[in-house]
Amino acid sequence: MHIPDGFLETKVWLSGWGLAIITLGWSIKKVNQALQEKTVPLMGVMAAFIFAAQMINFPVLGGTSGHLLGAVLAAVLLGPYAAMLVISIVLVVQCLVFQDGGLTALGANILNMAVVGVMGGYGVYYILRNVIKGRRGIILGTAVASWFSVVIAAIFCAGELAISQTSPLKIVLPTMTLVHFFIGIGEAIITTLVISFILKVRSDLIYK
Amino acid sequence: MKKREIIIGLLLSLIVAGIISWFASSLPDGLERVAADKGFLQKGEIRPALKAPLADYGVPKIPSERLATSLAGIFGTLLVFSLAYLLASQLRNKRS
Repeated sequence: MHIPDGFLETKVWLSGWGLAIITLGWSIKKVNQALQEKTVPLMGVMAAFIFAAQMINFPVLGGTSGHLLGAVLAAVLLGPYAAMLVISIVLVVQCLVFQDGGLTALGANILNMAVVGVMGGYGVYYILRNVIKGRRGIILGTAVASWFSVVIAAIFCAGELAISQTSPLKIVLPTMTLVHFFIGIGEAIITTLVISFILKVRSDLIYK
Repeated sequence: MKKREIIIGLLLSLIVAGIISWFASSLPDGLERVAADKGFLQKGEIRPALKAPLADYGVPKIPSERLATSLAGIFGTLLVFSLAYLLASQLRNKRS
């Protein structure tokens, strides 16, 4: 759901940039307080894997495709603050080097996928992981949260399109939500498979 | 993370971006599909604010689409890896 140039009105994409810069500044501050030595290379590997995985569009219902977002995958391993930075780096490179998402819309794209996707998804994961103890909580939390991260990011995207008067809310909100309901299932399958594998081989990499 | 694990993780990402990317679906993504169905796709068909060098994961002067996708994927993967690693080590150093 990388928004291109032209979809958002000036005041909307400017607000997107403002909010993105504020939240990224805040996450840099948080990461600065608590970054562990082992997280440094993991941030690099996560960025690489998420960038690569985002190139792989998989078909969903009726002539549409989706690809991994990776917000919850990153957050489960790196914590929410470092995850916001990693997803943002991927989005910036996709925009500046590969024309994937517009430069004007980059702030809004960071806001939707890196901030709302990560924080919304991590919130759900955090609750489920604490309610259901042990491995089951981590796996179930990952599955539900990764699905949710895609849907909540799509809802924010729809809201921005509606405020920009690109499409009326009563049309764009249900259609964006429905399509991403299905793309989110792909997100949940991939994220849960990767996290289950890491739980088996290196469970200490899971962010506490 | 051990050095071996970093290399395995990076290698796996390079295989995904460099080879598995050949088989990615070219169907429109969720937002493009909604934009096409609801009639606002043309709003995005303006001159982009910035002309990116490897637009649409293609490489100028490389006619083979597969080779171009592989090169773009490998370059992008190494670039985000380096940027994220660099940022992380900067944040780490600043603290200690």
